[in-house]
Amino acid sequence: MSKRHVSAIVNGDAVEFLTDPGMTLLDALRDELDLTGSKEGCGSGDCGACSVIVDGRLVCSCLMLAAEAQDRRIETIEGMAQGSDLHPLQQKFLEHAALQCGFCTPGILMASKALLDANPDPTETEARYWLAGNLCRCTGYDKIIRAVMDAAAEMRQARVS
Amino acid sequence: MTDVLDRADATPRLKVVGTRPIRPDGADKVTGRAQFGADLTMPGQLVGKILRSPHAHARIVSIDAKKARALPGVKAVVTGADFPNLADEFHEGGEAASNLRDLAMNVMARDKALYDGHAVAAVAAISTAVADEALALIKVVYEVLPHVIEVEAAMASDAPVLHPTMFTEGLDERPALPSNIAKRNRIARGDLDAGFAAADVVIEGRYVTQAVHQGYIEPHACVASWAADGQCNVWSSSQGQFMVRTYCAKVLGLEISNIRVTPAEIGGGFGGKTTVYLEPLALALSRESGHPVKMVMSRDDVFRATGPTSGSVMYVKLGAKKDGTLTAADVELKYQAGAFAGSPVGAGSMTALACYDIANFVITGWDVVSNCPKVAAYRAPGAPIAAFAVESAMDDLARKLDIDPIALREQNGVKNGVKASYGPTFANIGYLETLAAIKTCPQYSMPLGPNQGRGVAAGFWFNVGGESTAAVHINEDGSAVVVTGNPDIGGSRASMAMMAAEVLGVPVEQVRPMVADTASIGFSMLTGGSRTTFATGMAVVQAAEKVVAELRRRAAVIWDVAVDQVVWADGVAVCRDPAKATGKTLTLEGLAGQSGRTGGPISAQVSLNAQGAGPGFGVHVCDVEIDPETGHVTVLRYTAAQDVGKAIHPSYVEGQIQGGVAQGVGWALNEEYIFDREGRMENAGFLDYRVPVASDLPMIDAILVEVANPRHPFGAKGVGEVPIVPPLAAVANAVRSAIGVRMTELPLSPPKIRAALDAKAG
Amino acid sequence: MAHVIAPSDCRQFTGGLSEFDIEADTVRRLVAELDRLYPGLGSWLDRRMAVAIDGEIHQDAWTSPIGPKSEVYFIPKIGGG
Repeated sequence: MSKRHVSAIVNGDAVEFLTDPGMTLLDALRDELDLTGSKEGCGSGDCGACSVIVDGRLVCSCLMLAAEAQDRRIETIEGMAQGSDLHPLQQKFLEHAALQCGFCTPGILMASKALLDANPDPTETEARYWLAGNLCRCTGYDKIIRAVMDAAAEMRQARVS
Repeated sequence: MTDVLDRADATPRLKVVGTRPIRPDGADKVTGRAQFGADLTMPGQLVGKILRSPHAHARIVSIDAKKARALPGVKAVVTGADFPNLADEFHEGGEAASNLRDLAMNVMARDKALYDGHAVAAVAAISTAVADEALALIKVVYEVLPHVIEVEAAMASDAPVLHPTMFTEGLDERPALPSNIAKRNRIARGDLDAGFAAADVVIEGRYVTQAVHQGYIEPHACVASWAADGQCNVWSSSQGQFMVRTYCAKVLGLEISNIRVTPAEIGGGFGGKTTVYLEPLALALSRESGHPVKMVMSRDDVFRATGPTSGSVMYVKLGAKKDGTLTAADVELKYQAGAFAGSPVGAGSMTALACYDIANFVITGWDVVSNCPKVAAYRAPGAPIAAFAVESAMDDLARKLDIDPIALREQNGVKNGVKASYGPTFANIGYLETLAAIKTCPQYSMPLGPNQGRGVAAGFWFNVGGESTAAVHINEDGSAVVVTGNPDIGGSRASMAMMAAEVLGVPVEQVRPMVADTASIGFSMLTGGSRTTFATGMAVVQAAEKVVAELRRRAAVIWDVAVDQVVWADGVAVCRDPAKATGKTLTLEGLAGQSGRTGGPISAQVSLNAQGAGPGFGVHVCDVEIDPETGHVTVLRYTAAQDVGKAIHPSYVEGQIQGGVAQGVGWALNEEYIFDREGRMENAGFLDYRVPVASDLPMIDAILVEVANPRHPFGAKGVGEVPIVPPLAAVANAVRSAIGVRMTELPLSPPKIRAALDAKAG
Repeated sequence: MAHVIAPSDCRQFTGGLSEFDIEADTVRRLVAELDRLYPGLGSWLDRRMAVAIDGEIHQDAWTSPIGPKSEVYFIPKIGGG
């Protein structure tokens, strides 16, 4: 089985890697690029722990082939903070105690970022439906939703001022 | 011992405990840096994979792995023959006793495969693809046997018997024949017949629940390395690194001293990671191959071969006077244990009536094996199942007597001095306070619309203490490190750091908590049983108190005064000796900087066996709306009150309650193991085994009731398990209120609700 | 004398009794005294049971004190999730 060469932009940096034709983007990120922040909870697109943003769209990286990443711009949890400044969502997740075990957190943060990129002023219901593809078994979602709504409000405020 | 913690008036002076600081491991967890079980890679590591039985019950006639071994890239193959046969031995680790022989046979089948997914062989290879190819080359000849899944079917006299050596324990006479009934237990008080004779009304019901999985999002994962000198290293995600060490040693026949287990971050456990599945196999593969071996389960593996908790059939009969006084209760619980004995029916029996003061009752529990995965602990093991039955019956009783459901529970509720149904006399409990919190919460008096209903239910869990070790080290700049042996499953690093900071009198940011490997801290029982903040917290507090005593002694050396002339206040030593300038101070930083000259590093370790964990009670109210077209149940509002003793970090206590509620709502509405006619699990994935998602739930209001536990330095009681006990019945009672029909079989899925509505319409 | 209540399946050792009044000031001494009175009972309880002393649960706790009028209840060991 010959490997395929892939060039992509990951978290703003040009990267290259070799992939088997059947390798998922998730496995490429974790095993080839050492970006283990994206997690595998199911491998079938049901849990969202592997959520990343590809060319502005939220995807389950376990459902995308690594070979399809050619020339794509990929954002993962490792690229969310700007240097040592946490993204407002990351900061609000900490302040609201919106994580317990933390395993689903990278995926939920990426999904939340995709939400706020598309809709800076979501209702609680919109946030709940947007995040319905990301399972969390620890929190009951209460504090996650509060953190997302609070981050959205703060980001809107920052845009105005 | 120290002035900092004057127990009598500790509460008003708390500066850190009860606040909501950012968790110390938070930044790593929101940036993807935290290393979970599958995130570690070792140089030269191989991939380990498991071949699983496709049959629910089969004799393993032969296993031929010659072709697999010959495949290029395959470095090791192990089967049951590679593991020692263990005697029937119970390991009492303070956790639920586990029979080590059963544990070993669950890790790797020997002569029989007992459920679909039971491991029968494992391989290590240079890649996942080669490992998968090797699995396909292993030839297993099975003689398929008749199987049985459902608990009452497994109890029948003509049921296929899983273990020909199993004779029911706990009967008056030893039975003549083996069966699938491992044990009967019975708790009784008073005169049941007299109790029912004195009753004005009697409620009876049969209740059914299905097996459900803990559903942690992180699949089991580990890396194991067996070096040429016999030294073994294991990195794994579990609820207890010492538990992993003990079980690996037993299953493989190793010396404890040759095994070191390092805990990875754990991506949820809920009881399901209180045992081992992969670690002994990874070690055996590493021994044979000479390479480190990494094993990661798929979600399919997790569903088919780990967890779940029992499915059940239960019978409840309650008798009461017209005024609501309970006179008698007859409760029978039949729990699936899975392939080996050991369902949580004992705890189910002990908790079933624990909220009530009843003069006459009999509780009978049956522990029954059948051809499904061996059950693992799941959050308050056994209690939510029993509470579903009893709290549903209590709701029917309240309805029949036309008494408010909270008032009925208050009237019969246990309080201090009352003898618990499981024996001892209650002290320092807060059940009535918790009922009062729900009675007065806004949701309880909110008006309901059409197709809406409201349900109330209560729940109880013991909480446990146990063996823990903690160390506190003062760094040379006056900051502190707190080391424990308990994996942080939901924010316990924060509570450990906060308790230490409180005693030391420093800001919590000055204290770094860490979770150490088995070679770097003394023994600690696993994180479970709601014990960590209570028991390990007690060790942390005592270690910090020893450090404070030492700091006072060092200050006394520097000032050349008697140590009783030095007090510790707000992180500073203060001199009280009038001869040497009263009020002179030394900071922690100052003392730490001079510690070399005053006697060396300042550090203390405490190992203890914490006793007297306070039992916890929860009362929940749930509002639902039914869609009469589809039968879909929407949870509109939910409030959960719980006696938590003292919330160390209130946000994470609320989080425990909200998370327990969410799991309980899933159990009530959606979750169940579904088996096909061959006994294979049909829904082994998150698409078909549906756990609650964000859009399924409303905000969950958590009310923290604080009735202090005098045994804990700050009054804490365990909180993690109680909140999953009431929701099953709270949801079912709300559905009863909405549709006017009592639903007795979980989950309350749309087809069942539709059928109930159709039957009601006639 | 502490009042001691053991589960009913301890009757195999006692010929029917499951409640006792015992002079002992620690769990260890209580278990030893039960073993002296009913050979095998103490170690059977010690291996399998936790003990509630005046309502407070103690597990694996030989040194826990027992008061002269304590109620001592042997109950199954509790695990948890």
